[in-house]
Amino acid sequence: MKVKYFAWVRERVGKSEETVEPPASVRTVDDLIRWLAGRGETYAHAFETPRVIRAAIDHAHVKSDTMIAGAGEIAFFPPMTGG
Amino acid sequence: MTAAVTIRIQEADFDIAQEISALTQGRTDIGAVVSFSGICRGSEGADTIAALTLEHYPGMAEAEITRHAETAMSRWPLTGLTVVHRVGRIAPGENIVLVLTASQHRQAAFQAAEFLMDYLKANAPFWKREEKPTGTSWVDAHHGDDAAAARWTKS
Repeated sequence: MKVKYFAWVRERVGKSEETVEPPASVRTVDDLIRWLAGRGETYAHAFETPRVIRAAIDHAHVKSDTMIAGAGEIAFFPPMTGG
Repeated sequence: MTAAVTIRIQEADFDIAQEISALTQGRTDIGAVVSFSGICRGSEGADTIAALTLEHYPGMAEAEITRHAETAMSRWPLTGLTVVHRVGRIAPGENIVLVLTASQHRQAAFQAAEFLMDYLKANAPFWKREEKPTGTSWVDAHHGDDAAAARWTKS
């Protein structure tokens, strides 16, 4: 699946998007955050406080307990500050 | 009643008068237009701000604004609606965002404009980075923004 990062999550990870293939045990958004956080120092830094990270699946906001099966694109970003 | 809806995300500045004129031209069913514009401030507390840089999530930003526009149109009898949000580097005094709501009467236009701004601030995927004399930093979300959006939720 395609994963996208925005704002300081993007800066900390060091890339704006990538394709990942998490194991089958990674079932929810929260599982994916924890799996990504284990991929290295930059990821650990980006996802060190999971509760502040917001997620979207296929351009719609989702909660951390949402199942990721069937998702085409998952994005992670900090709380929004537009307007 | 048909509602003309315009949603744009762009780097270029916008002209408020031109946007209002585009919304109302040739229409005789509009009795009220409310305009909200968000403008870049030159200071935040004691800090000087040289500029803001706005990042967005292309695709989702348009989708999210469209969702809120549809909600606004289902809740209020709007005859027109325009949302323009700028991205990229924006200097103090420059426009950031424009919301126009048109209706036959003022109450719907006022309420829908406030609703849209509250929802955009809390839910539309845009992020501001500030340039200060001490360096650049991402703007922290205001806790009040979620609360402002939540007050429109019907219980």
